[in-house]
Amino acid sequence: MEERLDTFPRLMLHHARVRPNDPATREKDLGIWQTWTWSQVAGEVRALACGLAAQGFRRGMHLAIIGDNRPRLYWAMIAADALGGIPVPMYQDAPAAEFVYVLNDAAIVYAIAEDQEQVDKLLEAKPQVPTLAHIYYDDPRGLRNYDTVTSYETLAKIGREFDAAHPGFFDEEVAKGRPDDVSIMLYTSGTTGKPKGVCQTHAAFIAAAKGGCEFDHLTADDSILSYLPMAWVGDHLFSYAQWLYAGFTINCPESGDTVMTDLREIGPTYYFAPPRIFENLLTQVMIRMEDASVIKRWLFRYFTDVARRCGADILDGKTVALADRLQYWLGNLLVYGPLRNVLGMSRIRIAYTAGAAIGPDLFRFYRSIGVNLKQLYGSTETCAYVCLQPNGDVKFDTVGVPAPGAEVKIAKNGEVLVRGPMLLKEYYKRPDATAESIDAEGYFHTGDAGIFDAAGHLKIIDRAKDVGKLGTGAIFAPNYIENKLKFFPHIKEAVVFGDQRDKVCAFINIDMGSSGNWAERRGLPYSGYTDLAAKPDIYALIRECVEKVNAELATESGLADSQIHRFLILHKELDPDDDELTRTRKVRRGFVAEKYRVLIDALYGGKTVEHIETLVRFEDGRSGMVAADLQIADAKTFPAHAKQAA
Amino acid sequence: MATAARKSGDVVLKLENISLAFGGVKALSDISFDVREYEVRAIIGPNGAGKSSLLNVINGVYHPQQGTIMFRGKQRRDMDTHEAAAQGIARTFQNIALFRGMTVLDNIMTGRNLRMNATFIEQAIWVGRARREELENRRKVEEVIDFLEIQHIRKTPVGRLPYGLQKRVELARALAAEPSLLLLDEPMAGMNVEEKQDMCRFVLDVNEQYGTTIVLIEHDMGVVMDISDRVVVLDYGKKIGDGTPDNIRNNQTVIDAYLGVAH
Repeated sequence: MEERLDTFPRLMLHHARVRPNDPATREKDLGIWQTWTWSQVAGEVRALACGLAAQGFRRGMHLAIIGDNRPRLYWAMIAADALGGIPVPMYQDAPAAEFVYVLNDAAIVYAIAEDQEQVDKLLEAKPQVPTLAHIYYDDPRGLRNYDTVTSYETLAKIGREFDAAHPGFFDEEVAKGRPDDVSIMLYTSGTTGKPKGVCQTHAAFIAAAKGGCEFDHLTADDSILSYLPMAWVGDHLFSYAQWLYAGFTINCPESGDTVMTDLREIGPTYYFAPPRIFENLLTQVMIRMEDASVIKRWLFRYFTDVARRCGADILDGKTVALADRLQYWLGNLLVYGPLRNVLGMSRIRIAYTAGAAIGPDLFRFYRSIGVNLKQLYGSTETCAYVCLQPNGDVKFDTVGVPAPGAEVKIAKNGEVLVRGPMLLKEYYKRPDATAESIDAEGYFHTGDAGIFDAAGHLKIIDRAKDVGKLGTGAIFAPNYIENKLKFFPHIKEAVVFGDQRDKVCAFINIDMGSSGNWAERRGLPYSGYTDLAAKPDIYALIRECVEKVNAELATESGLADSQIHRFLILHKELDPDDDELTRTRKVRRGFVAEKYRVLIDALYGGKTVEHIETLVRFEDGRSGMVAADLQIADAKTFPAHAKQAA
Repeated sequence: MATAARKSGDVVLKLENISLAFGGVKALSDISFDVREYEVRAIIGPNGAGKSSLLNVINGVYHPQQGTIMFRGKQRRDMDTHEAAAQGIARTFQNIALFRGMTVLDNIMTGRNLRMNATFIEQAIWVGRARREELENRRKVEEVIDFLEIQHIRKTPVGRLPYGLQKRVELARALAAEPSLLLLDEPMAGMNVEEKQDMCRFVLDVNEQYGTTIVLIEHDMGVVMDISDRVVVLDYGKKIGDGTPDNIRNNQTVIDAYLGVAH
């Protein structure tokens, strides 16, 4: 009989049979990388599933999973799937109050948490979540005197006893699983309204995993660092679906603070990071280079110039002049190789970025030093699998070609529509939202506005609903402008306004790391964010960036009217704790506009200074007021002129 | 699986009529108090009240002119620093006393010094007992690193760390000695609110997880009242109060000493 590899538990058992002694999961614990083989993982999952069953967990139930990337939490996902249950990973840095909605929406009875911090949040939420009855934890530290929660070890022990008494139980449960069962419920970050539970089936995620693995030739020999939130669709695709499909190794870092060290030690072959991580890495390199000796600085500058000229072409396999090739070879020996090593990218075959636009300079930098960085496009509803950039055919301003199995078309209003096996089954308990997002022909409405270029690559411009009109009638794509601003290392966040108005104005958040370093180098003293943000020198620095963006916009057809006339630097950083950003750090545009209405009025009213007081919430849950007198600056704009074809 | 809540045990340390003078300056006069096993005992008082001197008497840095110290059932005139360490007393200092050029890991390893029995020769050629001990000690140190959540700075030289983390490393070194009695001299001085909260949590975790008895000096009244079981109050080298936090909060003499009183 042919083996059916159509659910995740069956895939795990398959690997346990085919490659029992290969590493499946690694975790750094007490300073040493610990390895679990596929057969060990299968044993743990079996015990865990039996334990949950013995505690009353049944088919169709939800298992909340909260914590950093820990092997046991990934195993708990497989265990829930094995029982026909549905794992519901949650964002671990959300406060207890935000847990309540999801816990109630998913009617959570069983939850597994990483440590005391998460257990405390669950216990805090519990009075408002009547269904929550069983809480399990991984790390026992500090939990000695909690008598209403159960340890992972105890659960596994109960499971092994149950397994001994019912030896056929686990295999029967796995055999009952069907590919169209829901295998995971991921909550959308909720840029608009309350989070919605996206129900994805085994079949959908396996299709996405299979497509991705074949597209990039991922095999059981690959290795990946799992460090992004487990509740995020990208991590679920890379560290769960593709892990179980291809049978490679996932590596869990020691803690959130050690990721960079762990990356260097593991040297993954396959890597995913949002643009801001690539940006932080590069910023760190640049800061350290400025402290390096003269010779090293010269070498770095010389060879990054060489790389900029020909590195990306060499990576793409294009023809490059022999002299350049020789210089690149030398540069690889002296600069790029060691640099990749420091970054932990020596062994990387495939690196992806997504989630936000990546700056062209940043993107080119990594490709030029030989890191095969590519972009992809997708969302929670599409298993993060719609478009991928093929090896050797990478353009920085597109997200690549439709992935194998995905049908992509552009609607009349510019919205990107997708059809294929990776679409969501439904939004949990929200038939209205499901009906709204999937049309009669089975196309999912992504909500993104995009265009296909001549070579069939998709280019995303903005959120379809954010695209507006200026008073002049010209198109206004705020994200597009904000991304141009954010590509400057000194600018961390930007919010631009202009819909239904006669000109464009902007709020700016400076980047503390980069601007702070800039200020220190100039001997400019400052006491904190608010102080630094108000410095005239910083305003001048940011004005330069804004004017560069204006110069660029002036050359782009139809966007010349989008030039930024006035801007201000906010006195506080936009923060998810103050509801200004989503947990995935996207700006809540409407909320910000409402909260800072007085500042917008000042921008458009022609004032040069405005007083503001804002309530901020600190990480420990207390809150306080921040007050400041904000300067408002004007920026130079340029007459529209079409760029000459290069 | 629940264990009994934290309970104070028998008296493990008892100071009786301790007086300490430096020339004509009376640092401590006639101080008596005790510390029970498993408790968090705070010593508070205004600047120059003699708090640090008292800790120094307990671990043998200073030798009092009068009085007796009873530790683990043994009565003595004064402590000796080596004996104190060997008996399971570890401490941290008001001004951080770490090896600034050494990494965090190496600094914490020094806390294991008393647990190493291998000879110099054995250690030099890395055989038998030396190797076994080194691995065992490193494992213990890693547990402490994990406990105090300082994995990310394991290989960083201490001198490059911010103050709050250095304080944590110092606590780590004291913990590495697996003390039964831990003396903390202003563990939260100079920290911001968040760092203080972290430190409080670590102190309570140490007390709960390892059952370590803790004597700490602290200025932040909020912290003291929150985490200690009993409080001793000193003023000008004299004991002016001793009792539970609630007790101390309502003690008129203490209030006067802290808030000042018209003479």
